[in-house]
Amino acid sequence: MVALLVVGAISTPSYAKTTQYNLTIERLPVNITGKTMEKVTVNGGIPAPTLRFTEGDDVVIHVTNKMKEDSSIHWHGLLIDPAMDGVPTFNGFPGIRPGETFTYRFHIRQSGTYWYHAHSMAQEQDGLYGSIIAAPKKETIKADRDYVIVLSDFIEEDGDTVMSNLKMMSDYYANARLTIGDFFKDVGERGWDKAWNDAKDWGDMRMARTDLSDVTGYTFLTNGKSPEQNWTGIFKPGERVRLRFINASAMSFFDVRIPGLKMSVVQSDGQNVEPVAVDEFRFAPAETYDVIVTPQDSKPYTIAAESIDRSGFAIGTLATSEGQRGKIPALRPRALLTMGDMNMEMMMKDDPDMEMTPADMISGWAKAGTPEGDKALSYADLRYAGIQKDTRQPERTIDVKLGGNMERFIWTINGKKFSEAEPIKLRYGERVRLAFTNETMMAHPMHLHGMFVQLENGQPAEKLPNKHTVIVPPGGSYSVLLTADEAGEWAFHCHLLYHMMAGMMTKVVVAKLDPGDVPPPAKTTTTPATSGGHHATH
Amino acid sequence: MQRIKTYLLASCFSLTLAVPALAEDMAGMNAKGFKMEHGGETFHMFRLETDTGVSRGDSVSSWDLDGWIGTDENKLWIKSEGEHKDGKLEEAELWAMYSRNISTFWDAQAGLRYDFEPRGTGYFVAGFTGLAPYYFETEAHLFVSEHGDVTGRLREENDILITQKLILQPYAEVNLSAQDVPEQDIGAGIADGKIGLQTRYEFTKKFAPYIDVHYGRKFGETASIAESDGEDKDELVGAIGLRLMF
Ligand SMILES: [Cu+2]
Repeated sequence: MVALLVVGAISTPSYAKTTQYNLTIERLPVNITGKTMEKVTVNGGIPAPTLRFTEGDDVVIHVTNKMKEDSSIHWHGLLIDPAMDGVPTFNGFPGIRPGETFTYRFHIRQSGTYWYHAHSMAQEQDGLYGSIIAAPKKETIKADRDYVIVLSDFIEEDGDTVMSNLKMMSDYYANARLTIGDFFKDVGERGWDKAWNDAKDWGDMRMARTDLSDVTGYTFLTNGKSPEQNWTGIFKPGERVRLRFINASAMSFFDVRIPGLKMSVVQSDGQNVEPVAVDEFRFAPAETYDVIVTPQDSKPYTIAAESIDRSGFAIGTLATSEGQRGKIPALRPRALLTMGDMNMEMMMKDDPDMEMTPADMISGWAKAGTPEGDKALSYADLRYAGIQKDTRQPERTIDVKLGGNMERFIWTINGKKFSEAEPIKLRYGERVRLAFTNETMMAHPMHLHGMFVQLENGQPAEKLPNKHTVIVPPGGSYSVLLTADEAGEWAFHCHLLYHMMAGMMTKVVVAKLDPGDVPPPAKTTTTPATSGGHHATH
Repeated sequence: MQRIKTYLLASCFSLTLAVPALAEDMAGMNAKGFKMEHGGETFHMFRLETDTGVSRGDSVSSWDLDGWIGTDENKLWIKSEGEHKDGKLEEAELWAMYSRNISTFWDAQAGLRYDFEPRGTGYFVAGFTGLAPYYFETEAHLFVSEHGDVTGRLREENDILITQKLILQPYAEVNLSAQDVPEQDIGAGIADGKIGLQTRYEFTKKFAPYIDVHYGRKFGETASIAESDGEDKDELVGAIGLRLMF
């Protein structure tokens, strides 16, 4: 394995050091599930190494592509010079050609837990993902132990094959569809009329109530380890243990719990929030949550991240020594989608006479099976730990309609695939509301590059939490606020990998109209990435 | 006949060119190329069913190929089906169509069909394919032969899941004719129809052995012609086969 090179602290001015990493992307045989197959590795492993920075650092990362195809790395959640954001063809970034080394240079303007991944084809599914820890100049979250928990979904096929399978047949991976037996069971439980009418309604719409995850057959990994390999984090009873959960999976939502432990959520998407005590949380691909747990007993605790289609767990263990294993909880029953997961407006257009009772309108997707009395995190609980600087009302609302055609595996934003879309244009400095409407029956985690949005989650304006990725539930709507204070071209897409590949992406352009009336941005100067010159420190 | 074959080949070729994204991807990563990677890519799906069985003591074997290559919107759609009976090729069709996505569940199609057997005949084809409510896979096509005869075909199939892998697929097909076509032993009206049940076991979606049982019969004038030729007007076929997707 290639050793990780960290040239820390070239500390001429003591407050700005340059941190350097070398990353090599290569397709290599890996064996995680007992079978050897070629996957995308970084420095020989999956996941890619954890990159550690301190707020204020200058960062130089040399990325060498040893594959036969173009590659790229995007630094997910970092406020960054757009040319360094890593989306091919955006802001002049050409991608990384086979055999070439691209040098990323940027300044760390924030702290928190972030991650990085490929933005080329399906390389993220194939293994190109890793964690970033940006330490604050002064840590306010006290912990005795600090672990990154990178959760991912591992599949034997190549990501590109998964995509072409989905295009062949959008239900290619649907392996928990309702059978004739399920129908008669339903008749037995609810009577013929109710069962038949439901089957009729869903048949009429040509949709499946079991459509929670588009891709199945995954082995879920914790820090690259299968449940059998059991990643273990060591603690001493009474210690405060910080767990940095990153959902680095391509397609899988997880419900995360550690039976026997309350989790205190202290950070979301790298941004500190006021602590919230929960028993479990659901998170989408690309979201992150930092939690503090304080295990008191000298016994193993199981970190159980259950995929929402209930096809399995990512498993890890907190233990006082290696080799211990706690109980793995039983899989919860999977939820079925309901009429409450449909977009009402769309449905009424289709069939104005459709009869709905309030019970029909409860979302099936949202049912996590949380036990009575347990607390599951909700977006409404999140309060920014500081005071938001920009509390202006938005000047305008931008509608973001999430659409698609499940039958053909087409996914769109405002009716257009990325291949057809015009960019969303924002004025530098303007405050806008992004109003999401989900016209589909799947949840979409929407990620905006380069800037944080603030959830309009009912908290006071100065307490709205920052997020880089926002779940828009099936059939539902959600809105966020955005201060467009980072000029550049930013990708804006669903973070379900195959939805993005199918077209659920657009470009947000933040344009400085007149350089004279804009304050100088507080960010690093950019040397052309290919010049290789010495990087200026601040 | 040679002329028709040339037409078929030429139109397959030009249909291929009509699939826009096929011409992409030569110049490396430019803005257009990256855009096309997100919604404009070319994919394909072909399904081949081949089986062999018996009908009234005769051995029968048949094939059915159905599939496409193209983008979400524009596809080249290929179909071919045929039947051997007692070692003799009795029916053989090859279709090539341009298929355009016109709504969530439907494609409109137009192209050419050529029958090698029972006699060499070329057709223009126009029709629809898609998913009707209650998950009915539907194909409806109208044909105009090189002699100007108008015929049509409607086909429906549906999947019933016994388990996730064991699937019953009832299907039905009917062939219609607007006029008598004496050369093909077809009378005006409903010419023939078929209902069947395929029971398959999907080891994977790409590999599924099956048992097929179907009953087909000729109707009206077409049936009378068959009878006067000393042929059966109906048949019951049992077969085992393999369904592949690639
Ligand atoms: Cu999506």
